[in-house]
Amino acid sequence: MGSKGIKDQVAIVGMGCTPFGEHWDKSVDDMLIDAATDAYASAGIGQDDVDAFWFGTLGSGTSGLTLSRPLKIDYKPVTRVENMCATGSEAFRNACYAVASGAYDVVMAIGVEKLKDNGMSGLVGAKVPDDGTRPELTAPAMFSLLAPAYANKYGVDTDEMKDVLTRIAWKNHYNGARNPRAQFRKEVGKDTICNAPLIAGQLGIFDCSGVSDGSAAAILCRAEDAHKYTDKPLYVKGLGFSAGPAAGPIDTDYDYTTFNEVVRSAADAYAQAGVTDPRAEVAMAEVHDCFTPTELVLMEDLGFADRGMGWKEVLAGTYDLDGELPVNPDGGLKSFGHPIGASGLRMLFECWLQLRQEAPDDRQIRAVTELGKTLGMTHNLGGAPGECVSFVSIVGSELG
Amino acid sequence: MPDTRRGIVAYGAYVPYSRLQRSAITAALGTGGGRGTRAVASYDEDATSMAVEAGRMLMRSAPDGLTPDAIYFATSTPPYLDKTNANVIHAALDLPSRVFAGDVGGSPRSVNAALRAAIGGGRPTMVVAADVRSGRPGSGDEANTGDAAVAWLIGSDDDGPLLAEWLGGASATEEFLDRWRLPEWNYSRVWEERFGEHAYLPLVTEAAEAAFKECEIEPGDVDKVVIAGLHARAVRGAARAAGVDGAKVVDDLTTVVGQTGSAHAGLVLAATLDDAAPGETIMVIHLVDGVDVGFFRTTEAIADQQPAATVAAQIEAGNDSLDYNTFLTWRGFLDREPPRRPDPVPPAAPPSFRSDRWKYAFVGSRDASSGAIHLPPQRVSVKGGAVDEMEPVPMADVPGTVVTFTIDRLAYSLSPPTIAVVIDFDGGGRFQCQLTDADPDDVKIGDRVSMTFRRLLTADGVHNYFWKARPIGGSE
Repeated sequence: MGSKGIKDQVAIVGMGCTPFGEHWDKSVDDMLIDAATDAYASAGIGQDDVDAFWFGTLGSGTSGLTLSRPLKIDYKPVTRVENMCATGSEAFRNACYAVASGAYDVVMAIGVEKLKDNGMSGLVGAKVPDDGTRPELTAPAMFSLLAPAYANKYGVDTDEMKDVLTRIAWKNHYNGARNPRAQFRKEVGKDTICNAPLIAGQLGIFDCSGVSDGSAAAILCRAEDAHKYTDKPLYVKGLGFSAGPAAGPIDTDYDYTTFNEVVRSAADAYAQAGVTDPRAEVAMAEVHDCFTPTELVLMEDLGFADRGMGWKEVLAGTYDLDGELPVNPDGGLKSFGHPIGASGLRMLFECWLQLRQEAPDDRQIRAVTELGKTLGMTHNLGGAPGECVSFVSIVGSELG
Repeated sequence: MPDTRRGIVAYGAYVPYSRLQRSAITAALGTGGGRGTRAVASYDEDATSMAVEAGRMLMRSAPDGLTPDAIYFATSTPPYLDKTNANVIHAALDLPSRVFAGDVGGSPRSVNAALRAAIGGGRPTMVVAADVRSGRPGSGDEANTGDAAVAWLIGSDDDGPLLAEWLGGASATEEFLDRWRLPEWNYSRVWEERFGEHAYLPLVTEAAEAAFKECEIEPGDVDKVVIAGLHARAVRGAARAAGVDGAKVVDDLTTVVGQTGSAHAGLVLAATLDDAAPGETIMVIHLVDGVDVGFFRTTEAIADQQPAATVAAQIEAGNDSLDYNTFLTWRGFLDREPPRRPDPVPPAAPPSFRSDRWKYAFVGSRDASSGAIHLPPQRVSVKGGAVDEMEPVPMADVPGTVVTFTIDRLAYSLSPPTIAVVIDFDGGGRFQCQLTDADPDDVKIGDRVSMTFRRLLTADGVHNYFWKARPIGGSE
């Protein structure tokens, strides 16, 4: 790997995260102001203390002006970032490097997305003029391609596969029910999940993440300055990012049971952070559960399960809130929806709460409070199986 | 023999997969319908796409290396006006730019204009005919017409062995109002049928007598008679009016396929040639705003021909479970609520122009160093990263196997849900596309598929033609 890493050079010293949901009464501007204001307050600073901004959105605006206009930013650098569904994480990653470079003392990473104003079902992407030959699959259809391929490869029958997917959705709704910021804050029964109307392949409506609006923000500074702002900073341990040849749809070697980009970005982040056994070392993981088969495959790609065993671990409760390695303790995309520019920072916000032991009691992870684990991770991807971008971060509450 | 004989060097026919049971019309409307079925072009087919399929059948059985000098495309249901539909066929068959392509159209008789030009010319010429026909709900046309395409390669002995020699023919023309349609209508109107019979049958007699005389053939010499025309009552009386033995009239396929307009005389002739023996004299009587009569005689070569798919086999592979509401939706008679998704976007002209061999002919690229096949064509190889060491590789006729699949119930389609498959082609190459002519409940990993040329969508009046997969065999 070519990454040198910036372990323990950058600290997160403040965060803000709006509730996610159908914000008919809030604009993009409103959500940005809310998230930024909360982040400033969290770090105990004012906007004038921030030297530069990295702002992520897929389609809720263009350029840095989308942020600077509502916040009345005082002629500072604002970089607009886009990297599909990993946009929020990409804003965070680039902000980290700005601090590590020494160019700025304090920066903000902020992301937003307003999905509910277009009146459509599901996500809608902008289309570049083309020759009309690209497959026009909806997002659930693209990710549902994983299910039959996985089941076929590992001998999981159709009913078992449905149980596995159902359990992932059930778990994430269970967690989301304990999160006041989530879009969906009710537990959903397995029968309801399993018998819901089908959207694509085996995926029913509850196998898909919701569509929502939201914003989240982080304040970053050099690690040595962290205690100026908070007693409980988080330190950036590793940042992996991968964009590949996107050849899955044209390369017969790809088998639709893995994301090569996730494997690569995770290996990079783990190496930077010095993590050798992620399942044992990480206290919690926020992963990109856009659709339930995605989370299943991620468990193997991120090293949380052996190949072909992820489905058994899911059924065994390994990734439950009280399991060996809680995955999506905040409820995930499943409970939050996926306001694209915000999601990566929303994941980081759960690490912020959990590793600082500030999560609500009914959601606080035992591995942190009782076992003393200090690492959390976020995983964010954009694209489709065989052709995606993937981000993995490791953050921790201790130096070293 | 001073004169070079002209005739049929190769042919291909295409009957779409779906059939509508005529009783389904009666069940829904309490009127119309009848017995039997009619062939139905799918929601993703039109006259041009079906013509491509017939042309592909033809090219597969044509003599190796034979390239037509021209394509004439005859249709009375052209997908475009002001833009030549034959160019799409030309592109899909990956023909060189020196090959002429032109439409003849308007009425179904145009196909005979194209055939006369092809037979009278000196070069190998492809004539393709296709119609998507229907009528207003409950009408005779709705029940009794059908959709199909046929393609002929007309040439001389020099172009390859003739399957059937053209012996000659004659025509009779008269102006009368039997059937008409304004350009903006999606149905035809017809005059009272007894009048049409009155107008047609004397023309049959006149043309048949002239043709027998011209070709020095006696009615008793004729082995088989093909009779086609959209006026069913006149067609029924035509054998008698022509003075031929009714027992020699071949099945005109209207019971199963329906009357397919521009394509129909050719379709029935194709079915006749599929199982013809050498030395048969075949008479074609075409009642089509006038009457055209012609004679073919099969040659020794017909015994060795191997059609890519016979008309009978395609009829056999049909699926008659299409429901009437779906049929009405496909033909635009039921305007249904679309999903809450963005409107489809048309393909843009410059990118389509840049990638025309890919888009229309499904030509990928093969990396010379690694052998890796790329669909769509790439400049940089996915195997080894070699740059610009690609050669074109035609993939339209290569079968493949389903690697994984899904049923997309959210995507915009005139016929939801859509089926998406990932295909690995025999010998290398992968592509992700829609599966058509298939039941969502029957798709599984390992299914065998072949490629078919379709109209994916129409947006802003632009038809987006491209390729889909279909199950091999066409049936379950």
